[in-house]
Order: sequence, then structure tokens, then C-alpha cells
Amino acid sequence: MRLTCPHCGNRGIEEFAYGGDADRRRPDGEPFGQAWMDYVYLRRNPAGAHREWWYHASGCRAWLVVTRDTTTHVVASVQEVAR
Amino acid sequence: MTGRRLATGGTIDRARPIAFHFDGQAYRGFAGDTLASALLGAGVALVGRSFKYHRPRGILSAGPEEPNALVELRDGARREPNTRATTVELHDGLVATSQNRWPSLRHDVMAVNGLLSPIFTAGFYYKTFMWPAAFWEKVYEPLIRRAAGLGRAAAVADPDHYEKATAFCDVLVIGAGPAGLDAALVAARAGDRVILAEQDFVLGGRLLSERGRDPIAELGDLPNLRVMTRTTVTGVYDGGTYAAIERVADHLAIPGQHQPRQRLWRLVARRAVLAAGAIERPLAFGDNDRPGVMLAGAVRTYVNRFGVAPGSRAVVFANNDDGARTVADLHAAGIEVAALVDPRPVPSAATIAAAQAANARLAAGVSIQRARGRLGVRDVELSDGTTIACDLVAMSGGWNPTLHLTSHLGGKPRWDEKIASFVPGGLPPGMTVVGAAAGDFGSGYEIAPLWRVRGTRGKSFVDFQNDVTVDDVALAAREGFRAVEHLKRYTTLGMATDQGKTSNVTGLAIMAELTGRGIPATGTTTFRPPFTPAAIGAFAGHHRGRDFRPTRRTPMHGWAAEQGAVFVETGLWLRAQYFLRPGESDWLTATNREVRAVREAVGLCDVTTLGKIDIQGADAAEFLDRVYVNGWKTLPVGRCRYGLMLREDGFAFDDGTTARLGPEHFLMTTTTANAGTVWRHLEFCRKVLWPDLDVQMTSVTEQWAQVALAGPRAPDVLARLTDVSLPHMGLAETTIMDGIEARLFRLSFSGERAYEIAVPARHGEALVRRLMAEGDAFGITPYGLEAIGLLRLEKGHVVGSELNGQTTAGDLGLARMMSAKKDFIGRVMAGRPALVDPERPVLVGLKPREPGAILAGGAHLLPQGAVATAANDQGYVTSVGYSPQLGSWIALGLLARGRERLGETVRAYDPVRGRDTPVEVVSPVFYDPEGSRLHG
Repeated sequence: MRLTCPHCGNRGIEEFAYGGDADRRRPDGEPFGQAWMDYVYLRRNPAGAHREWWYHASGCRAWLVVTRDTTTHVVASVQEVAR
Repeated sequence: MTGRRLATGGTIDRARPIAFHFDGQAYRGFAGDTLASALLGAGVALVGRSFKYHRPRGILSAGPEEPNALVELRDGARREPNTRATTVELHDGLVATSQNRWPSLRHDVMAVNGLLSPIFTAGFYYKTFMWPAAFWEKVYEPLIRRAAGLGRAAAVADPDHYEKATAFCDVLVIGAGPAGLDAALVAARAGDRVILAEQDFVLGGRLLSERGRDPIAELGDLPNLRVMTRTTVTGVYDGGTYAAIERVADHLAIPGQHQPRQRLWRLVARRAVLAAGAIERPLAFGDNDRPGVMLAGAVRTYVNRFGVAPGSRAVVFANNDDGARTVADLHAAGIEVAALVDPRPVPSAATIAAAQAANARLAAGVSIQRARGRLGVRDVELSDGTTIACDLVAMSGGWNPTLHLTSHLGGKPRWDEKIASFVPGGLPPGMTVVGAAAGDFGSGYEIAPLWRVRGTRGKSFVDFQNDVTVDDVALAAREGFRAVEHLKRYTTLGMATDQGKTSNVTGLAIMAELTGRGIPATGTTTFRPPFTPAAIGAFAGHHRGRDFRPTRRTPMHGWAAEQGAVFVETGLWLRAQYFLRPGESDWLTATNREVRAVREAVGLCDVTTLGKIDIQGADAAEFLDRVYVNGWKTLPVGRCRYGLMLREDGFAFDDGTTARLGPEHFLMTTTTANAGTVWRHLEFCRKVLWPDLDVQMTSVTEQWAQVALAGPRAPDVLARLTDVSLPHMGLAETTIMDGIEARLFRLSFSGERAYEIAVPARHGEALVRRLMAEGDAFGITPYGLEAIGLLRLEKGHVVGSELNGQTTAGDLGLARMMSAKKDFIGRVMAGRPALVDPERPVLVGLKPREPGAILAGGAHLLPQGAVATAANDQGYVTSVGYSPQLGSWIALGLLARGRERLGETVRAYDPVRGRDTPVEVVSPVFYDPEGSRLHG
């Protein structure tokens, strides 16, 4: 598999580290409850399009949001996490 | 000419004879031969014994699909089992040995298996050896392994080396037959960067094998066309990535100096053209595995490419028009063709004409029932009752497109009725299939499917390599193993080194016939990488032995080695575990000496490997507040603070000291083992969780060499280098040793007065040598990881054994560090009920009741008098060491309600080492609990 890093170009997957579901949001300010349990432990596992974090560990060290089809590994987009 | 070599013809170089050995016997072939063609040329027809029945086998094919002619190539440490003689390029000094026979190929005692064949049918593993269960490992399996098997791997390490490489191209063309050569030329002339990969050692593919078709000798001199021969594309991966194995030196007895034996290529291609051709199918008739029964296309290859006559009197048996071509080629080479056996009642005009021209009997509507002869074909019995004497049978059951690579990403092949074969279905993105691989066999190709000849006597083999017969497929059908994947696993059809290249389609077609479901409904097997067997060495490349992964050494490594350091791996780093002095032989003596030096004089230790992260920005303190449990905004410039990080799930993650170098500038240290993980975590926090914070960071672990100086005389040694004096937990940036930039920290993990001195990495060795020289008068002693661990243990400082991913700040006695005034990573989850349960095991010190008793990590803590059961388990020992100060072994452990149980005696139960030691629960701080030594 390969990812096209917005900074470094098309690179082999071994340069990247997987960071999981990118649609999780940290429930800042909320007390302990289901929202926190879901954030820490629950992961969607869709068959199809999946937005996920990847870290370009052996490259520019950017955290990226990759949209990948989990059934084909076709990567629809690679974007930097919005600043 | 010797043996069966023709006087003329072929692409071999008759001026360059090549000497080789097979089964200890000397033979000669020619440059351009394969081992198979050279053996056939030398008149060797018997080359191996089959897997299960030990039946004599000859050469079936002329390519990588070969199921029979598997040999051990080379000898000694370079011996490689299961090498296909049909793809081995003949070279001077080649040594090969036949497999799976004893005592010799011609007289193999295990051939008795053939007589026992009723018990060796499909599924015999599952049926025969079920009882008694204990016999399986001890008796049955070793017996079967000896009786049935393939070659032997070398028993010693491979002396050769392998490497990996990557190449990029616009178009990767796989296969250099007619279609591949065309594709490569067209793409290259259009300006694309082209890689043409061919598994053979010459280009041309079938052009080399067919009469009257000249191989394209000239590809021109196109700089954008890279031709890679001896290179098999073995797998297709996501994103246009292809794996290929280049056999760089397999055609040499010993690779040249610095030459790898093989090279694993990762080819990254925008587009790929699969032009891998097609593989011919055998026909299933009685004893169709006798040496001398060959695929018709392979017969043409041996005649036309290698100038070899595989026999002197041939019968051609084909259900398609390739039979006619084979007859014509044999006749043209002067080989007698006794008959053309064509099961089609009305053969094509081309077939009739070919038989007439060759003066061969045309047996239309007839099949070969059985081949006779033991070590070679003697004659064949036809279904019309006649018998024809021959020593060669050229058979063709049709052709299968070599579509394996199209299904590596899940593409499903599609059945094409017209050519009675599977053709590529879904393709990997960017791949195009051309030529025979796409099912394009030319306009003259007509076939009437025939999968098995009925009413035969003898075994009709479908899978030659696994000894799977038509009867085995029928048995699987009767017993309900009808799905293609069940058929494979029940009968082993399509397994082993050839992965069913000649047998899969025939096997499932017979299953379709038997079940009446039709071939498309029966399905096809899934092809997976690698296309042909690959050496593990090629995947390892240079990553073996000491080079399995990188080794990191600190700038003081050479100095430490001079001092007698014994090194230990911590992550990728090599760290000194202890320093052996002359006369010392064990780690404990050395460590005790080092510990005493720190307690009584001064010790020196390399702490370069700790992770160092430079953090800057207006929000740097806020950032630290959010990632550490404790607060950072109040830390004055010029001071350090111990920090603890949690994971978001509330468990302890890492610890270390962080120093404030300026209002917006911090230097964090992490543990050696977690440096990379912490870095990634902080990057995630900064960029994903809180992108609005103004904070920048970079790792400076390798930029700074750092030395710890600890012990009552540490201030005296430091005073020789600088007149800066520091308060406890203070830091200063200064210069030492004639202007070398330095950072001084007053930090202690040993309970003694201690400093850490950091200098740019290139000055690390000079610093340590200078400190040793200045400290000589004070008894300075280098100490290693064992001493560090013991010094920390005596003070109750947690290490990796306690920060084990299952402990909370509360468990470790650090709950008071957790600020209630701010949010931080892990705060909310650390407060969930299970993590604040008062029954949780917490950090305690442990001391044996009996002096001299030894403690070991991992021992379970049980109440006195309690039975050693999991229900009574109250915790475990995490860290142990021998304290020379206390004259006793001491330990840290996690014990339920431990803080309430000081003074109680519990059992340290260690069934693994056979120990059961009464220990007293004590404070984790064993040494100088008042801290007087630190501040004194």
C-alpha cells in the first residue's frame, strides 16, 4: 500500500503509522460516562469508506487524515489534519 | 552428439559445452540449456520420485509449472530443495540431486507406498491416524514425514547474501513473450519509463519454443526501457506495488564477491501489462505420470529451443489443435510420430493434414487409456483396443492463461467456454492483460474439452506433485468435500511448490463433472503470492543476525567498551549493563562495587539514551499541563520537575523530568524504551487534539550526550569543570572545557547528590574522559544499568516493571501528583470506578524475613497460610535486587491494600523457580527515607 503525503509525495506504507478512526472526538469537559468509554475503546469498523489517522513517522511527521476503502484499500484522499 | 541431442537447431551454444553433476554422475550440456533440457539431452528420463507413492517421475514441462522434476540444487550450505530443473539455468559446476528416494532413484524402497495406496487416498491423514491420539506426534507423523516428502533444506546457515531494492516506472511489463515484447516496445517508444520483467534468462517466451518464429533479438537501445531477465514478478500489492525476485547469481556455482544471490524488488508502477502467457494442462489417463509422458508444448520447447529429442518414437494425444503443431515439429526434427490420438470424433482439417504429412496414424475419436512401462513409457493402450509402442507421449489438454497475478487483490477469474479455460476477471487497478494470459490463443485454436479418460486401469493423475488422482477427486465428491476449497484441503490438490499450476483447473473440472454443477458454479481457487516459491532469504535481505535491526550506540560507547562494559540491548540502544574490572567474573560482584561507589564516593553513568524532546512556544506550559498529570505553569525558569503521563484510558504511560529553559522553552526527558511512543503521542496531541496551541517540538535525543554524576563526592568532581552551583532540581546553561556548550542539571534518582551534564553529542566522549580524569582523586567509578536499577529500587523509584501498562498513578503511590485544577490526558478515565477501587494492588516494598533469602520478579504475593490458588493471589513482585547497603535482597511489588499492610508478612510464591519466601511488607523507600543525603 502507498500513501501520497501532501508534503512528501507518494511513499511506501512502511513510513507511516496507523492512528485509527479519524471521526472520534475527545469529549473535552464531559464527566466520566459512555462518551468517554466510546472515545477510548469503541471503534467503527466499516466495510467501505473509512476516515482514519495516519502518522508519517519516517517522513515529515505530519498527522494525516486518509480516506480509504477498507474493502479495496483504494485511497480516496490524504489530507493534513486541519490546523 | 551424445544422448538425445539433435544435430542442429535450438538456441543453445554447441560451441560451449558445460559440465554438471546429477546424482553424482558427470554429464555435459550446453550454454543456453536448463538443467532439464541438459538431462533430457543426456538421455536421463528418470529424475525424481513422487511425493506420496514414490512413483518414478520424469520431466513433464519446460517451465515454472513443473510438478515432477524437483531437485536439490547445489550442496552443503548452499543446498536448495525443491528446485525446478526446468527453470535452473545450466552452469559450470552445477550439482543437483534427486529427492525423496532411498537408496537410489532407480531402486526406491518407499515405492512400496504405491502398494499401500488404498490407505494413502484423499483424507488419509484424517482417517487413518486418529487413534490413539498420543501416537500422532510420536509415531505416525514422523513416519509419514519420512515416507512422504520433498527435498531437504541445508542444515547450516546460508553463506550467501540477499538484498532488497525499489524501482519506479510508468509501465511494468510482466513477461517477455510475443505480447510482452510488443507491449514494452510500444510503451517505451511512446516515452514511458518501462520495466520489462522476464523470469527466463533470455527474452522471447513461446517465440523460443515454436518453430519458424524468430525471437526478437533486438529491443533497440531505448534508455527508458529497463530489461530485467531472471526476474519473476511474484506478487501484486496495493497502490501499484509489485514484488519481484531477481535471481542475480543463481546461475553461478558461487556468487561473485559482494554479489547477492537474489534481489527482492519492490516495483512501483503506474500501470502494468500482464503478458505471462499460458500453461498447458495434462490429460488424465491411466499411469499418465510415467517418465516420457510430457506436455506437448514442452516437447516442442525441448525440440525447437534446446535441440533435444525427448524420445525417438512419439504418440501425440491432444484435444485441441496444438496436437497438429506438435506432430509437425516432431516430424520436422526427424522424430518418428507413431500416432496422433485425438478424442474429437471429427478432427480439424489442420489435424488431418499434420498427421498425413508426418506419416502418422490418426486415431480420431479415440483416447489413450493407459501408458505402460515402469521407469519409462514402453507403449500406450488406446480406447479402440490397439497398443502402440512409443517412448514419448506428448499430451495437451488445452491451455490455461497464466492469470495468477490478476487475482492477488481479489479479482475472480471468469470461465470462457470457447477456450474451455478461466480468463482474467476483475483486475488489480492499473493492470492490463494481453496475449495468451488474456485467453487470446489465436484464431486457429479449437478445443473439445476432455478432463479425464474413463474406464482406465492404473492411476490417472490430476496433481502430479501431490499424487492426487481422479479417484481421489471422486472420493472427495462422494464424501461431500465438493466446494473447491474443501477439495483442495481434503485431497491436497494444488498445494506444495507448484500450487496446482498444471492441476487446479483439471481438478475442479472433474469435480464439476462429477457433481453436475458445471465449472463456473464449482468456482476457482484463489491464487495468492508468491507466484513461484521464493527464498526466505530474499525477504530477509540484509536484515539477519546482528543486522536484523539497527543498533544505536551512544558517543561514549567506545569509552565504555574500554572500561570493560558488558552491553545489553534496550530498544535499539546498546547500554552498559555493568563494567567488569580485572578479576571480576560475575555481574553481581561488579554491580555491588558500582553501587557502593555511588553511595560512598562518586559514580558516573551514560544517560544519553533517555528520550529528549525540545518543546517551545507561547503555549508550551499549557501543552505540558495537558499531557502530564501535574502542573507546569508554576515551574520557574532554571528548574526541573518530575512529570508523570497517563494514557487516555487512565493508566500510567511514562515518566521523566522536564526542565524549563525559558518562559516558552522546555526540555522533556522520557524513558529510553518509550521515547518513540511518547514522541508520537505528543505529536498526536499537538496536531490532532489541540491544533490551536502555539507549541513546536523536536526530538533532540541524538543531539545531546548526557552523563550522570552521582554520589557524595559528585559536587567535588563537578567543581573541577565549572564554578556554577545549583539548587536541588536546578538547571543552568553554561560552557565547560574551554567553551563547550553545556547544560547542567541537579537531578537524583539514587538518593545521592547527583548531577547530569549534557553536551553536544560530538563532545560526549571528551566529557566522559575528562570527568573520569578529574574524578580519579575522588574514586570515580563508571556504573551501568544494573546499578542504576538497584539505586532506584533502594529509593522506591518506579521503572518499566512498574510502569507496565496496567498500573495507575494511584497504584504507584503518585495519586497526589494528579492536579485537580486542570484537564489532562487520562484524567477522566483514571477516575472511573475500577481504577480507584481500594482493593487494587499498590506499590509496596518487600524484604525477606530470613536474611540471605533470594527474591525474583514475577513471584506471586499470597497471604500467609493461604493455599496457592488464583483466588488467593493478592499481587506480584515487580522489581528485585541485592542491596549491598542493607545486606539483603529487596523488592518492589504490587499488593492489594498494600499501604495498609506495612509490617505484615506475606508469601512470595514462585513455583517456576521452586521458591516460597516469607517477606515483610515495608515502605518502598528502603534507603535514607528522610532524604538527608540528597540535600546535605
